[in-house]
Amino acid sequence: MKIVVCIKQVPDSTAKVIVEQGKVSWGDAPLILNPWDEYAVEAAIQQKEALGGTITAITIGDESCKEALKRALAMGADEAILICDPALVNMDTQATAQVLAAAIHKTGGVDMAFFGRQAIDGDAGLVPGQAARILGWPALTLASVIKIEGGNVRVERSIEEGRQIVTARLPAVFSLPKDFGEPRYPSFMGIRKASRAEIPTWSLAELGIVAPASVIAWPEIMNTPSREVICEFITGGNPEEIAETLANKILAEKVL
Amino acid sequence: MNTWVYIDHFKGNALPASWETIGVGKTLGNVTALVFGSGIEALAKTAFEYGADEVLLADDKVLSDYRSEAYATTLSKLAAERTPDLLLFPTTTRGRELAGMVAIDLKSGVMVDVTSLEATGGKITITRPIYAGKLLTKETCSTKPQIITLRGRAFPKPAQQTGKSGTLTKVAAAIGDFPTKVEGYTTSEGGVSLTDANVIVSGGRGVSNNPALTPPAGLDEKQAEIWRAQQGFALVSDLASALGAAVGASRAAVDAGYVPYTHQVGQTGKVVSPDVYIACGISGAIQHLAGMRTSKVIVAINKDPEAPIFKLARYGVVGDLYQIVPALTAAFKKKMGK
Repeated sequence: MKIVVCIKQVPDSTAKVIVEQGKVSWGDAPLILNPWDEYAVEAAIQQKEALGGTITAITIGDESCKEALKRALAMGADEAILICDPALVNMDTQATAQVLAAAIHKTGGVDMAFFGRQAIDGDAGLVPGQAARILGWPALTLASVIKIEGGNVRVERSIEEGRQIVTARLPAVFSLPKDFGEPRYPSFMGIRKASRAEIPTWSLAELGIVAPASVIAWPEIMNTPSREVICEFITGGNPEEIAETLANKILAEKVL
Repeated sequence: MNTWVYIDHFKGNALPASWETIGVGKTLGNVTALVFGSGIEALAKTAFEYGADEVLLADDKVLSDYRSEAYATTLSKLAAERTPDLLLFPTTTRGRELAGMVAIDLKSGVMVDVTSLEATGGKITITRPIYAGKLLTKETCSTKPQIITLRGRAFPKPAQQTGKSGTLTKVAAAIGDFPTKVEGYTTSEGGVSLTDANVIVSGGRGVSNNPALTPPAGLDEKQAEIWRAQQGFALVSDLASALGAAVGASRAAVDAGYVPYTHQVGQTGKVVSPDVYIACGISGAIQHLAGMRTSKVIVAINKDPEAPIFKLARYGVVGDLYQIVPALTAAFKKKMGK
């Protein structure tokens, strides 16, 4: 089984993110492997454990993004590739999907491509489906259960109404929701292996493509307006009195 | 502007955000609603009642279950032939995926999970939250059709005008051997959906801290903690059912195994925007606040007066949730005549 897992490096979810002079800043918060992508790496490792094969982790970014790739290697990916090119700036999701699809092509013979459901910075959640569409593969998004039977795959997709059970043929694209199950921590051996790993870099020329044009522009990024609320603390002699006052206050808001 | 609105539904039941999306489309001009499925002509009638001027109805067995390939191919073919200016989708699981795939087919882009928009001479500028609502970004799209998904509950739902009609046009579904087959469904536990809820009552790590409870004998420390948490979440659920509310949870409560992940509110859970959000035993970690900060009225019940959740709250109670929450349930039952 040849497996690719596409990942992204993002600011830590506990970071205080603000806009300063038009630029997004997360202070001294660390950059991490996108938390959703840990589920994708976990799913890839489980498939490798069940069926054998290799896992290649791929990301797009600058040299610093090798840290996220190392995390994937430490968890259990076999190799990692950084796609780095000065032409890759301000990419929208379809441009990102084009580049990742080209990388999956170049990797060659891929059976399964895993993605996290979305990145916690842009929050778009579009790249897995878009990459599948470009590749012409089934998009098995939000796959909380994945079972391979021969060349067929059976997944349970997490949807608003519960789970949708679908079957398809490989190769296919998968995106992973949190209810897939907890991703593993890297082992000590894994961390040592990752720290010594050589991570090759692919340019767009090596992928055989030119930079895809982005069609979405973001002219302005803003801080969320602060909520001008002053908390009114409700007090009283006993819980019933407090509850009575609080219920009256909430009902007086006329939103129930 | 020639606007198309995709009506997302499950077995003929539209998700409410679909009607909100028609409402937004109507502010920009005429609306053509897209109703895809099998045996769903009734849904086309409802789309007219919520304001659609025209409905393109693709009623075919090949569309009897949502499958991205069949739905995207059907939609893209129609759009290529009829060249709408704008495609609007509700930001549901299906709507988001379909918007992304159709954008690939039509060589355009998607502005996703939008919370406000303005149109100037046919060009739309949207605003949407990023970093789970820690920031906002404006976006524009340089290609046609402009494709947008709208966040549920961010826009008003139009009034249903019973009996209102419009132009019904039957269109063909895509023909082809689509590789994905739908085998069936397992439905969730039911209850009110978090993203559609007007009211949410959420529990955090604090719900497991009731010192007055003695767990049954024979449980280990972790099992005892879960047992305590279940007693706490029972109180949260009671308040939720008194208010017809959905039950939410913090990531800490989900990670500790108190409630399933489907209840998680926050950066790696659901982003919600109810009219009333009641946080019980939730201190207010930044990733939780990001997921609920746009709620209209936030109420916090916590024993720690310094808890960050109080900075967002309109009303706060510093106290023991095991006493306050049941008393609040009783007060609402009495006042709301239940």
